[in-house]
Amino acid sequence: MTTLAPTGFESTLTPNITLVLVVVGLVAVGTALALDRSLVRVLLGMVLIGNGVAVLYLVVSGRAGRAPFVGEDPAAMSDPLPQAMVLTAIVISLATIGFLLALSYRLWQISGTDDVPDDAEDARIQRLARDDETSETYDRSEESTTTSDERAEAGESRG
Amino acid sequence: MGDFAVPNLLPLPVLLPLLGAALALAFRRSDRLQRIVSIAALAGVVVVAAVLVWQTDASGPQVLWLGAWQEPLGISLVADRLSALMLLVSSVVTLLVLLFAIGQGHADSDDEVARETPLSIFHPTYLVLTAGVANAFLAGDLFNLFVGFEILLFSSYVLITLGGSASRIHAGTTYVVVSLLSSALFLIGIAATYAATGTVNLAQLAIRIGGLDSGVALVLQLCLLTAFAIKAAVFPMSAWLPDSYPTAPAPVTAVFAGLLTKVGVYAIIRTQTLLFPESPLTDLLLWAALLTMVIGILGAVSQSGLKRILSFTLVSHIGYMIFGIALSTQAGTAGAIFYVVHHIIIQTSLFLITGLVERIGGSTSLHRLGGLAMASPLLATLFFVSAMNLSGVPPFSGFLAKIGLVDAGIAVGTPLAWVVVAGGIVTSLLTLYALSKVWSQAFWRPLAEARQVAELAAEEAADEAEQFEQAELDAGRRPRGTTTITAAPTGVALAVDTSPRALPRMMLGATAAMTAVGLSITLVAGPLHAFTERAAADLRQRDPYVTSVLPEQVRR
Repeated sequence: MTTLAPTGFESTLTPNITLVLVVVGLVAVGTALALDRSLVRVLLGMVLIGNGVAVLYLVVSGRAGRAPFVGEDPAAMSDPLPQAMVLTAIVISLATIGFLLALSYRLWQISGTDDVPDDAEDARIQRLARDDETSETYDRSEESTTTSDERAEAGESRG
Repeated sequence: MGDFAVPNLLPLPVLLPLLGAALALAFRRSDRLQRIVSIAALAGVVVVAAVLVWQTDASGPQVLWLGAWQEPLGISLVADRLSALMLLVSSVVTLLVLLFAIGQGHADSDDEVARETPLSIFHPTYLVLTAGVANAFLAGDLFNLFVGFEILLFSSYVLITLGGSASRIHAGTTYVVVSLLSSALFLIGIAATYAATGTVNLAQLAIRIGGLDSGVALVLQLCLLTAFAIKAAVFPMSAWLPDSYPTAPAPVTAVFAGLLTKVGVYAIIRTQTLLFPESPLTDLLLWAALLTMVIGILGAVSQSGLKRILSFTLVSHIGYMIFGIALSTQAGTAGAIFYVVHHIIIQTSLFLITGLVERIGGSTSLHRLGGLAMASPLLATLFFVSAMNLSGVPPFSGFLAKIGLVDAGIAVGTPLAWVVVAGGIVTSLLTLYALSKVWSQAFWRPLAEARQVAELAAEEAADEAEQFEQAELDAGRRPRGTTTITAAPTGVALAVDTSPRALPRMMLGATAAMTAVGLSITLVAGPLHAFTERAAADLRQRDPYVTSVLPEQVRR
């Protein structure tokens, strides 16, 4: 199917185990927080996950080295590309977190709580199940035409 | 046109809307200037995209390395047939939806709806959104793709919570958190890819991933696929969509439904074909496609609000595209691309029609609508045509798109492929069922009958809300006195008026134009199908993309 011959690119990366543990810790704690019902906790969880991912980029950039300036010995430099990427990611997550903060404030203004609300539809279906009712889409209008005509007439004569 | 002009066009689909956004923000006090700027910027993108389609078809993928760094160090923008086609369709859609939104703004300028939808913010944000979409389509490396996603996501956060009303904030919260999570996954995927291969350039990755250990490659593939599947709303990552889209203003929902999920689908097509051509995940994707289709459409069948029905059909029809991608044959990929084009246009026009229904009827709940065919025969025609188109009734493009996929599925011929083909046909029938229910209730049934049903429903809903409130209070979930979001529509404030508001001509015009574009796909189906076949052939071969992006000496 393809004529592209895979090349023998060898990754020379040796991950720093301390940093990996930090990533694991941050992402795990962040995930636990993100599962909470309070939006502020979710937000804190997101911040921690974001930081964990940022540290992951440090793992990816390989061993620590000197700042990558022109004129520096390339062998002694640290890899600048992951740093550039993670800076972008940090800026983006800063803005998003700011927005989410504003959202949770507004949510608190509106409903007096910062709980992530029940999904309206979900709640409705649960309620129907609990009450053992037919669903709302059990189509009332699909009763026989005569019945609806009779009802219409009855309604008119009453009104 | 000489070859020298070719690469210079590539940044324009991103730059024009960004520049337009800056100008629109500067002109925020003048509606008229804002409109002119926005229309000019988006019309410019349409022209550029059309030229790009022609150029990529005539002379292969167009590439631009930004900033004149030595390849492959810089950021590359790449347009091949797929990108150019997506760009053209998306720019036409964004332009028409913009006209719709302007028409709405015009009509509502001294109305409470205007306060709900502050246009001075709308224009710049909308333009940034289109810039993000264009950037995602043109991105030549994974990280730039991520940036494109973030640009469009961030403007979508603003658009979905426009006005900050309670329902929009509720919907927006879910949406933002889900998007944040998928972005984090995407970032992890990029980090892992970089660690394994030392590059994020798609063309280089195409070469290097083949040499990786198959386990590592699988991890990368799953990571990227999950991130994109959340954005594309593939089951089981689709639950966020029907909860967040319906509350936004009509033009916003329309453009989200048309474009945002398709950017995710585009990213899946791109990575599946370019990076992981011998995918071991065909079966997994076929299952995902089947479940997305069937569960999505069952959701649509069980809904009673027009916007929610359409949101569920949106999820469901994403399954068709995943089906085409999963087959990983040329016919399957071509079918998926054709389906994307068809679906962007048709889903957008259905949501625009819903916006007009809401204007006439004051609601989108099927329990409260009736007699619309009488009130506006033109709108009814538009809905009917679009609904038939979406559900795949011949001779519309929905039928052609589905036939292409069914053909491709049968050609593959594995038992699972047959099952998914059958699932696709059932889904198509159920779509027809869900939409004809809308037709018979909202458009066709007489007003008097609609009134009665509405009264009944209102009473029942009031009861339900009361019970729910009580249950919540009992459970201590909520302090007393706070408002409930599930509060039923109070009273019998009947939606359908005997003398409906006249539809603003511009909104109707934009909607009609969108439907006409959808119909015209049937007319140009031959050339379009040939084009998608060529695009799919490029994608399957991979050579055209890689060789045009990378100079020979760095092709490793």
